[in-house]
Amino acid sequence: MAANPMSQFDVYRIGPEIKVGAFDISFTNASLFMIISTVSILLVFNFGSKRNSVLPNKIQLLAELSYTFVAKMISDTAGSKAKPYFAFIFSLFMFVLFCNMFGMIPYTFTVTSHIIVTFILAAFIFIGVTVIGFIKHGFGYLKLFVPSGVPAVLLPLIVVIEIISYLSRPISLSVRLFANMMAGHTMMKVFGGFVISLGLVGGWLPLSFSVALTGLEILVAFLQAYVFAILTCIYLNDALNLHH
Amino acid sequence: MIKKIYFQSIFFSFLFFNEAFAAESGGMPQLNPEFWISQIFWLILTFGTMYVVLSKFILPKISNNLESRKSQILENIEAAEKQREDSEVKLKEYDEVILKSKNEAKTMFNQTREKALKDITAKKEVLDQQIDDEVNKAEKEIEALRVSAPDKINKIAIETSSELLEKLIGSGVNSSSISAIVDDLSKRNGNKYYGN
Repeated sequence: MAANPMSQFDVYRIGPEIKVGAFDISFTNASLFMIISTVSILLVFNFGSKRNSVLPNKIQLLAELSYTFVAKMISDTAGSKAKPYFAFIFSLFMFVLFCNMFGMIPYTFTVTSHIIVTFILAAFIFIGVTVIGFIKHGFGYLKLFVPSGVPAVLLPLIVVIEIISYLSRPISLSVRLFANMMAGHTMMKVFGGFVISLGLVGGWLPLSFSVALTGLEILVAFLQAYVFAILTCIYLNDALNLHH
Repeated sequence: MIKKIYFQSIFFSFLFFNEAFAAESGGMPQLNPEFWISQIFWLILTFGTMYVVLSKFILPKISNNLESRKSQILENIEAAEKQREDSEVKLKEYDEVILKSKNEAKTMFNQTREKALKDITAKKEVLDQQIDDEVNKAEKEIEALRVSAPDKINKIAIETSSELLEKLIGSGVNSSSISAIVDDLSKRNGNKYYGN
C-alpha cells in the first residue's frame, strides 16, 4: 500500500456509514481534515483577535497580517466595491491555505487534492460571481462577452471565445489547484519510494530532492491558495466593475 | 533547474503510476465517486460554519482592533505634538523672563551708578565750595595782613627808633619828626621789601 504513490489520496470511512436518503455522507478522512483545518483557522483567528494590545503578540500579529494581506489583495484587484465579499474571500483563502499546509505533514490527507472539493468551491464562486454580475448590471453583464474596439468581422469569433473562456473558469480554477496538489504530493511520494528502494547507497540523492521538494511544495501550497483567492478576486472584479 | 526537474518528475511519476495502476483497478482515487457526496456535504458544512463564524464574530473584531489601534496611535501622535508645542511655548516664555530680568538688572545697575555719580558730584561741589570759601577767607586775611603790615612795621620802626634815639642821645625826640623820617624811608625802600 505504501509503495503506491496514489494511495495517499484514498478516501476511507471513519466510523459508521451515515446515509441520508440515497446519499452517503459518512465521516471520512477528508471530513476529518476539513474539520481540523477549519478548527485550526478558527482557533488561530480567535486567539488572534481576543486581546487588543497596541503592541500585538505573535498570534495577534499573525491574524492581523493575514487580515491586511487579504484586504490589500482584494482592494488591489477588485477595488473598494468588493468589500462586502471580504469575509468570503478571506475564508476561502484561509481554507485552501490550511488544507494545503496540513497536507504537507506526513501521513495526513490533502483535502484540496480532490477534484470534487476544488470543483465545488470553484463552481460556487462561478455561480456566485455570475449571479452578482447579473444583479449589478442586469443583462448588461452580457457585454462582458463583447470586448470593445474589436472589428465587427471578428466579433462572432471573439464572442464565442469569450463565452468558452468564461464557462471554463470553474474548470481551470478547480483543476489548477487539484492538479498542483496531487502532482506535488505524488512526486514527493515517488521520491520517498526511491529513497527506500535505492537504500543506503543511492538513497541520498532522492532524499535530498525530497528535502528540496518539501520546501517547494510549501511554496506551492501557499502560492496555489493565493492564486485561487486572487482569481476569485479577478472574477469578482469582472462582475462588479464591467470594464469591457 | 529545480523547475525543470520538477516538471520532468511529474511527467515520470505519471508514467510510473499509470504502469502501477494498469494492474490494479481504479486509477486515481479522486475520480472514484463513492465519497463525492460525503465530501461535498462535509465541505459545505465545515466551510459554511467557518465562514459564518469568521464573518460574524472574528473578522469584525480584528478590523475593530486594527481601527482602534490606528486611532490610538494617531491620538498619541497628536498628544505628543501638542505637548511639544506646549513645551516650545514654555521655553519661549522662559526666554522672555530671562531677557526681562536681564534688562531689569541692567537698568537697576545703571540707575544705582547714576545715583552714586550724582551723590559724588554733589558732595564734590559742596566740598569745592567749602574749599573755595576757605581759600577766599584765607586770601582776605592775607590781604588784610598785607595791607596792615607796612603800618605796623612803620609803627614798630617809629617806636623802636624813638626808643633807640632816647637811649643813644638820652633825651626824647619828637616822635612826629621820627615818623616823618620813617615814612619817607619806608616809601623809599618799600619797593625793595614788598616787591610792589
